[in-house]
Amino acid sequence: MSQGVAITGIGIISAIGNNVAENFASLISEKIGISKISQIDTIHKNDIMVGEIAMQNKELEALLNLNSDAYSRTPMIGIIAAQEAITNAGISDINDCATGLISGTTVGGMDKTEQYFYDYFEGNSHWNHITGLSAGDSSKKIADYLGLKESFVTTISTACSSAANAIMQGAKMIKSGELDRVIVGGTDAMSKFTINGFKTLMIQSDTFNAPFDNNRKGLNLGEAAGYLVLESDKIIARDNKKVLAYIKGYGNANDAYHQTASSEQGDGAVLAMEKALKVAELSPESIDYVNAHGTATPNNDLSEGRALLRIFGDKVPEFSSTKAFTGHTLAAAGGIEAVFSVLALQNNIIYPNLNFKTPMIEFNLQPEIKLKQKELKTVLSNSFGFGGNCSTLIFSKEA
Amino acid sequence: MKKSVYINSVGSISPQHTLDNTLFLEEVVNYNSSTLNVIAPNYKEFIPPAAARRMAKGIKMSTVSAKTVLNEAQIEESEVDAIIVGTGLGCIGDSEKFIKDIIDNDEQYLTPTRFIQSSHNTVAGQIALGMGCKGYNFTYVHSTISFESSLLDAKMQLEENEAQHILVGGVDELVDHHENTHRLIGHIKDTPTNSNSLLNSNTSGAVFAEGANFFLLSNSKTSSVYSELVALKTFNEIAKERVATLALKFLAGNNLEIEDIDLLIMGNNGDVNFDDYYSQLTESIFKHTPQAYYKHLSGEFDTASAFGFWLGNKILKHQNVPNAVQLNALKPKKLEIVLLYNQYRGENQSFVLLKRC
Repeated sequence: MSQGVAITGIGIISAIGNNVAENFASLISEKIGISKISQIDTIHKNDIMVGEIAMQNKELEALLNLNSDAYSRTPMIGIIAAQEAITNAGISDINDCATGLISGTTVGGMDKTEQYFYDYFEGNSHWNHITGLSAGDSSKKIADYLGLKESFVTTISTACSSAANAIMQGAKMIKSGELDRVIVGGTDAMSKFTINGFKTLMIQSDTFNAPFDNNRKGLNLGEAAGYLVLESDKIIARDNKKVLAYIKGYGNANDAYHQTASSEQGDGAVLAMEKALKVAELSPESIDYVNAHGTATPNNDLSEGRALLRIFGDKVPEFSSTKAFTGHTLAAAGGIEAVFSVLALQNNIIYPNLNFKTPMIEFNLQPEIKLKQKELKTVLSNSFGFGGNCSTLIFSKEA
Repeated sequence: MKKSVYINSVGSISPQHTLDNTLFLEEVVNYNSSTLNVIAPNYKEFIPPAAARRMAKGIKMSTVSAKTVLNEAQIEESEVDAIIVGTGLGCIGDSEKFIKDIIDNDEQYLTPTRFIQSSHNTVAGQIALGMGCKGYNFTYVHSTISFESSLLDAKMQLEENEAQHILVGGVDELVDHHENTHRLIGHIKDTPTNSNSLLNSNTSGAVFAEGANFFLLSNSKTSSVYSELVALKTFNEIAKERVATLALKFLAGNNLEIEDIDLLIMGNNGDVNFDDYYSQLTESIFKHTPQAYYKHLSGEFDTASAFGFWLGNKILKHQNVPNAVQLNALKPKKLEIVLLYNQYRGENQSFVLLKRC
């Protein structure tokens, strides 16, 4: 079997908690993070439900010792999750080996851009946010906060698969020896831009999202950041590191079907899962749990469900989407779901797919609806996005 | 055994006449401005007019660049295994319009097209859709190393033979709000600057521009081959006094010495506050090395270094350094190995090594 890439640290902030422990506690006690929107003033507030991080900007600023209005929310939540992952990995000197950061984001500093779009021309008080619209600026701020010097730092933006792709590229750079250690994941804050964008696509639910349910009404937007620390075998041996889990496989493909919709039969998703299984040198039967993309839009869940059937046939393993807990956190989704996948492996737990009642008419697929204990060796996690981007990661307990 | 990586073809849309690959800067367009737009190709020759009308400029430029790349290498669309695009800001024109619509219309009467096109990966996604390419599809969005991140990704895959042909590009648009806000903070020169005197302008800021530069990277040579991509390395930031040290370390890592470099291609943009990052190399360790520059021709933008990459490839293929790009008076004795260095405002530095094929 191929050698996996070691995960030595995890960090997360989402609507169901400000750190790993809080997120896990919410997942196992069915505590969801979906509510009416409170932190953004939008005319759609009565039509949508969202997954907001509880902390307001001023609390985040205080926590990070930043001046008021210094940073967009995207880098702030990114810093919190990345810092937790670094601490969790027991890293004291981040520059003691070739360390990189690969971060995914779609909105970057959009929250501030939409707030000050015209104000910039009235006076200079918000000019610090002008360069913040660039997606790379959020990663730069995270890298600066973590103290990365003369390092490889880059940003991936492949819509809702951004963080999954960041994790994939990070794993490949560890394998190839380009880097000894890399912090990988993604961050996206809520913005009027995305609320209105998804509104125009008419795929936002006005109630609690219900992945894979026949009567699903669409997604709930969420905001979150999730990061992993990946380290080479050399560093694991040097520092006598505890390994939390391994990245065993990864696959990226394009659906090449439509700019925003997935193909009917989930071609891209099938290709991504096939590639990931091939890299992992695993057969479909050896996957113990699938953490599905499962956004609860009519299109995604149908396409992904069909793709699961094409890969696994009549032996689809236990699967669930955790988006009923967190909402769809866009670029961060693959990052937080990677954290959830690691926690699933560590605790031998399958998370419930909340709000599911009625199987879809198109096929006979039933997600796990109750928390379930099961000895897990492998977890497969899907992330799909606009532009036909389809990505699959496989996590394993053993190298 | 890692495979070698070749640049087999190029496609450039820039403020110069660069799209016709039979030409090589024989004629240069001189500007006196603080912003430059690309010389638009006849899009109708490449894209059906009905489709072109809905497309963001970044998508149109990229589509034409990409088609030029495939034509030159005589590669079928079905032979492209992966598409990797670097873009600092994506189709930011559509992002700006969507924000403006949200604010001006109080979140009402919005249409999805602008939102969809504002997703950074629209260009890579649209090219894949147009070609029916179901392979690997990635978009890097990290300021002035967006393109180099894409190059590195492609290089790793080709070396391991995970792919045989990868379409790699850099694209960015110059649009109103971006320009106007960057004028406020002094990142754009506040006076029109002549292309010929860019490096002597003695003013702060850069001449902003746009462009789409695409390439076919493969692990085998086609008859159109330009160069071999030997190595590249990026840094989130390098202190000025460390630039020369890291350049030497990069060369040493590739078993090269200063004398092995036949030509240095530098990303100077005439910003009096930041061009001294380049003089760390041009006036010290590479003082006796022939030097070239290009941002007086391309302007500055997040993926301007992809134009520099185009220049390096053209120079190695044509075995000629056009007069317009010569930075010092030294003439290269041979053109075998070229080193590119770029940075922007002291951040996101990159070194790229190209070798003649």
